[in-house]
This record gives sequence, structure tokens and C-alpha cells, in this order.
Amino acid sequence: MSFYEEYPFEARIVRLSFGVAFAALGVGGLLGMIQALHRTGAFRGFVSSVDYYTILTAHGVLLALVFTTFFIAGLFLWGVTESLGREVTSRRLTWTWFGLLLVGTLLAGVAILGGMIDAIPMQADVLFTFYAPLQAHPAFYVGAALIIVGSWLAGANYFLSYRRWRAENPGERIPLRTFMVLTTMLMWYLSSIGVAVEVLAFLLPWSLGIVEAIDPLLTRTLFWYFGHPVVYFWLLPAYLGWYTILPNLSGGRLVSDPLARVVFVLFLLLSTPTGFHHQYLDPGIPEGFKFIAMTNTMFLLLPSLLTAFTVVASMEHGARQRGGTGRFGWLRTLPWDNPAFSGMALAGLMFAAGGFSGMINAGMNINYLIHNTLWVPGHFHLTVGTAFALTAMALGYWLYPQISGKQLRLRGVATVQPYAWFVGMTLMSNAMHRAGLAGIPRRTAEPQYDQVSFEGVVGGVSEMRLQIAIGGTILFVSLLMFLAVMTATWLSGRDGAVLMKDVDRAPLSMATDGPRVLDNVRLWTAVAVVLVVLAYSLPLWSMVAGGPFDPGSAPIIP
Amino acid sequence: MEVHRFESVWAVVSVVLIVAWIGTVTYGAIGPGIAMIDDSGGEVDADRIADEEYDQVDGFRAPGVYNGSGANDYEVYVVSYQFAFEPGSIDPIEVPAGSTVTFYLTSEDVVHGFELAGTNVNSMAIPGQIAKFTVEFDETGTYGIVCHEYCGAQHHNMAGQLRVVNASEFGGGT
Repeated sequence: MSFYEEYPFEARIVRLSFGVAFAALGVGGLLGMIQALHRTGAFRGFVSSVDYYTILTAHGVLLALVFTTFFIAGLFLWGVTESLGREVTSRRLTWTWFGLLLVGTLLAGVAILGGMIDAIPMQADVLFTFYAPLQAHPAFYVGAALIIVGSWLAGANYFLSYRRWRAENPGERIPLRTFMVLTTMLMWYLSSIGVAVEVLAFLLPWSLGIVEAIDPLLTRTLFWYFGHPVVYFWLLPAYLGWYTILPNLSGGRLVSDPLARVVFVLFLLLSTPTGFHHQYLDPGIPEGFKFIAMTNTMFLLLPSLLTAFTVVASMEHGARQRGGTGRFGWLRTLPWDNPAFSGMALAGLMFAAGGFSGMINAGMNINYLIHNTLWVPGHFHLTVGTAFALTAMALGYWLYPQISGKQLRLRGVATVQPYAWFVGMTLMSNAMHRAGLAGIPRRTAEPQYDQVSFEGVVGGVSEMRLQIAIGGTILFVSLLMFLAVMTATWLSGRDGAVLMKDVDRAPLSMATDGPRVLDNVRLWTAVAVVLVVLAYSLPLWSMVAGGPFDPGSAPIIP
Repeated sequence: MEVHRFESVWAVVSVVLIVAWIGTVTYGAIGPGIAMIDDSGGEVDADRIADEEYDQVDGFRAPGVYNGSGANDYEVYVVSYQFAFEPGSIDPIEVPAGSTVTFYLTSEDVVHGFELAGTNVNSMAIPGQIAKFTVEFDETGTYGIVCHEYCGAQHHNMAGQLRVVNASEFGGGT
């Protein structure tokens, strides 16, 4: 039986989650293209330079918070249901988290929209990072909090299912997909506490006038306590696809299940005590804590480098099973015409490039050169903007037929789409990185100044602008192609879906080949908490010791 | 646990790469002496800065260029606000070539950024905090100053200039 026949309720929730996620992706992507055209000066007719910051806020919130959270909630629900082979324990809880996410999105969305539409007496022109003392309407903060709480409750569902499964299967190894979901969620619980405290204890009471002033440095620090691990909350679901689906699509098997578990454990341990690397250039934080954060960040390269090995090795194994030969000749036998495969493979390739530019970001002293320049969005459009987003689209192609019973439509369009994304992102991202080296700032409507002239280190500034504008446009066209395929499939009739079991082959090294301690998630969570305490307790204490609201700033409406 | 041979080679190479990379940063701090912006600038009351009550605060002075302790040392106090740097935006910051300049940077309202375009002179300006960093200007030239942190509706108009002039042309600090 297919997933949608066996688990009709869960399939419906996954479809709904994907529906909201991809709608947010479409709107957020359109705004992204408008920004690419606006800031490069290619076309400034869509919005004024003041309203640019409203759509920039919407772009960040819709893509980094709404698209990601809904997609992940859906993917994880599928992953846990399928790999444990059981329905959700509580349908009411399921509808609750879905409702919270949706209401949170609407509240935040309306507040942001109010920045452009006079009829809505709200604004939230504070960007995705909402640094105080810039202040948004309370509805924006309530919306953000509901999205976080919704994601927590979605996670509760996975743990409840796991507990029931464990009671019935004592002594068995946790199925790999469920293991990945559980470790990712534990990391998420640990790290999202930061933003929850920031919003509920500081920003919300301050925006309601209950508290007069709050400390900009403390709230910033709480934001980045969450702001870096959140990128692993986006990345790890992509890894779930690369580890447990991509090898099978290649025609082979995952090389090592235990190593996959080691990778996820490392992410649980190291993701959170790294946030200060976003604050290398912040005054008020001693150098030593920045150094600790840097060391942890650099060691986070390890699980990603191990992943690069395993994913490529699994693909090679698959290619050789399909008859591929030669040192590189095997690459030709991979199913490059299958968009689920090519999307994930190209996403992995771009993530490698993004990883290297991330090392520059994380390098404490070289970071001075590129901090808050266009280099940074150049970097994260390779990571969340491709490693996550393109993988999500590829997983959409792969998963939607199984959760809907409908075969993918417009196959030709789907086949081309990942390549269009790859080309668009190559143009846009390489130019953004180089523009960052020239010192061109990020998050700016018009990075052209009378008093400043930017000199390209590699290539000319006008050439970079052109590549960004063209790249951004191609990306939006690619996005339209994806949405066309999904919409056409959605509107078509049920015609039987692929059985997932057909492609689900066991890894070469099984879970039972690895030590049991890998599955001891309690232990790993405890170690993760200790690392966070070591990295954060002293600097946080020094910030709150003189009063949690000092030195305080009153709100400033953007 | 079964670990394939190539897998362990790859893991070892990865760890070496990571340690080497941390090593380069450590060398950068000890060798060329690239210090991080830290808490040495201290805290300041942003409201007093906004009210220009510089004589009421510790660790900060009225915006401008001051003579430092040594002959070639200078201190520059910069206030950032929506949407300018003082000094920097209306009048450029002027320092002589061959000087060592310590900047004291703060904000009187929201979070701003301070970047000399194309160099590694770069800092956040956070209300309540003073960012302190030292720069050596060996040659004459003009640098653009950019606010690189979104600070409100006219953020894209927040910029300034720093001019490194010949010692003979330098008007001197206060």
C-alpha cells in the first residue's frame, strides 16, 4: 500500500503543510527577484526604496521561517510515520500545531504587510532578525512566537509516536529516519529557547509598553543563540533526504547507517554553542567567548565533511550498481533526468561551495573583511537558499505522488527545473560573494553612494550587478516551473502512486553494526546542554548582572 | 563499528583541515595582531549620547578626532544615528598618514554598522555599548564609510568618508 492509503490522515497533513510551505516559497521568491532587480538598479518600479525593507522582511520571514517550518513539519511527520510504521498518537495535537503555525504566519504576515498598506495600522519593518530598538507591532512578535511554539508541538507528536513504538519494540535500534528527526528536534528545542525568551520576556512586553526599555545587546545575543542553530534545523531535513533517499534514487544504498547517526549526534552537540560567531564584531562580548564559538563552529565542519563523503560514496555505489565504470565515468550513469535525484545532487554540490564560504564567515579575523557585506547572503543562498530549498523541491517531486496518489505532471518542466535553479544561483551567488569582497553591504535598497566607490577585487561592479539581476530572474523562473509542476499534479486526478518500498534499500553498514550508545539520545542531549552552559552562561550572566533591561533602549519605530 | 578505509582517511583529513584553519586564526591574532572587538570599550548610556551630554559619561567624548598619547596616535570618537555618522557624514573623518588610530564607536538610537569599504575595518555600533578598535593608516587615500546594518527607512543613505592625508596637510586633533 502507498503511504496515502495506509495513513490517509497523516498524508493529508503532510500535503497541507507542503501546500503552505510552497505557497510561501512562491511569494517569498517573487519578493527575492524584486529585491535583486531593485538593489542592482536594474529595475526599481515595483516598490519604493522605503518599502524595499518591508518586502525584505517578508522575504526573510516567509522563506526562512514559514516555508522552512511548514516543510520540515510535513517532512518529519511523513518520516516518523513511515519509519515507525504507526499513525500519530493524537490527531488533536496535530491539528493544534498546524493551526498555531498557520495563525502565527497570518499574524506576522499581516503585520509585515501593514508596512506597505496604509489601511492596516501595523508595521514590522524590522527584517528577519528584528533587532531592538527597532520595533514591530506586537502582532508580529506574537506571530513569531506562535510559529516557534507550533514547531515545538509538532515535535511533541514525533516523541509521542516514538515512545509508543519503543514500548512495543524494546531493545530495537531506532529506525534511521526517526533517529534523524528526534536528534534534529532535540537540537531545535535546545536552541529555540533563545528566541522564545527574547520574544516573550523582552520584545513582546516592550512592544506592549509593559517594559520601557530593553538591552539591544542582550536581545541580539538571545537571537543569535537561536539564529545559528536554526540553520541546522533547515539543513538536517535536507540531510535526511541526502542520506535516506538520494542513495536509493542513485540505484544503490547508503554506505553507512552508524556514520549517519554520528553526524546527527555531532549536530545535536555542536549546533547551539556557536551563536557568537554572528557577533564577532559586536562590542560588549569578550574575545574568549568568540573564540570558543569559532572552535565549535569549525568542528561543525566535520559532520558536514563526513556527509559529503557518505553522500558521494553512496551515489558512486549506486552508479556502479547501474553499470557505471571508470574513475569519473560512473557519474554519467546516474539518473540526471530524474528531478528528485538531480535536485538533491545539485543542492549538495552547491552546499559544498556554501560550506567553503561559510568557513570564511566563521574565521574570526577574516570575517572583518566580509561581515554584513553581500558576501553573507551570497553564502546563505547556497545553503538555506539551495541546499535546503532545492532539496525541498526535489523531495516535493519525490514525496508528493506518495502522499497524494497522483503521478507527477509536466515531467519535462520538472526535469529542467533543478538545472535552471543551479544556473540562476551560480550567477547570483558568485557575484554576491565578489561584491561582498568589494565591501558592498547587504540589506540595502540602494547600495550606491555619493561618498563611497566600491572597487571589485575580482571583476567589475557593474558586471556583478548584471549577474545578480539575471541570476535572480532565472531563479524566479525556475521557481515558477516548480510551482507549475506541483499545481498541475495537485489539480490532476488520482492515478496510483509509486510505492516507496520499491526504492527503500538497506544501508551497506547497518544500524546494528554501530555501538548502541549512538541511540542514547538522553546522553547526547545532556552533553549538548553542558556545552551550551559552558559557552553561554558567563557572557549571558555578565549581560544581565547589571539588570536584565540595562543598558536599556526605548522602542524606535522604523 | 565498521568504518571503511576511505571513510577514516577522509575523517582524518577533515580534522586536520579544521585544526589548521583554527590555527590560521590563532596565528592571525598572535602574529599580525588582529584583535577582536570585545568588551574593553565599556558601556555607555545611549540617552546621554543622544542628548550630547558627553561630560556626563565615562569612556566616551564629544565626536571628533583627538590627539592620542604618542606622537602618531589619535583617538576618533564616532556617534552613529539615523542616518549619519558624526564625524564622517557631513564632514569626513581626517587622519594623517602613518598614524595609529583608535576608534570609539557607539550609537545613540538603533543598531548600525561601520565599515571602511574594501578594508577589514568593520564594526557593529550598538546602543549602550562602545566598540573600541585600533587601525593603522600607512598611506594617504580616501575610504568610503558604509552603514551595513539595516537601521530604518533611509538606511541606504547612511554613509560617510574617511580621508588619510599627508602629515603636512593634517590640521591636527583636538
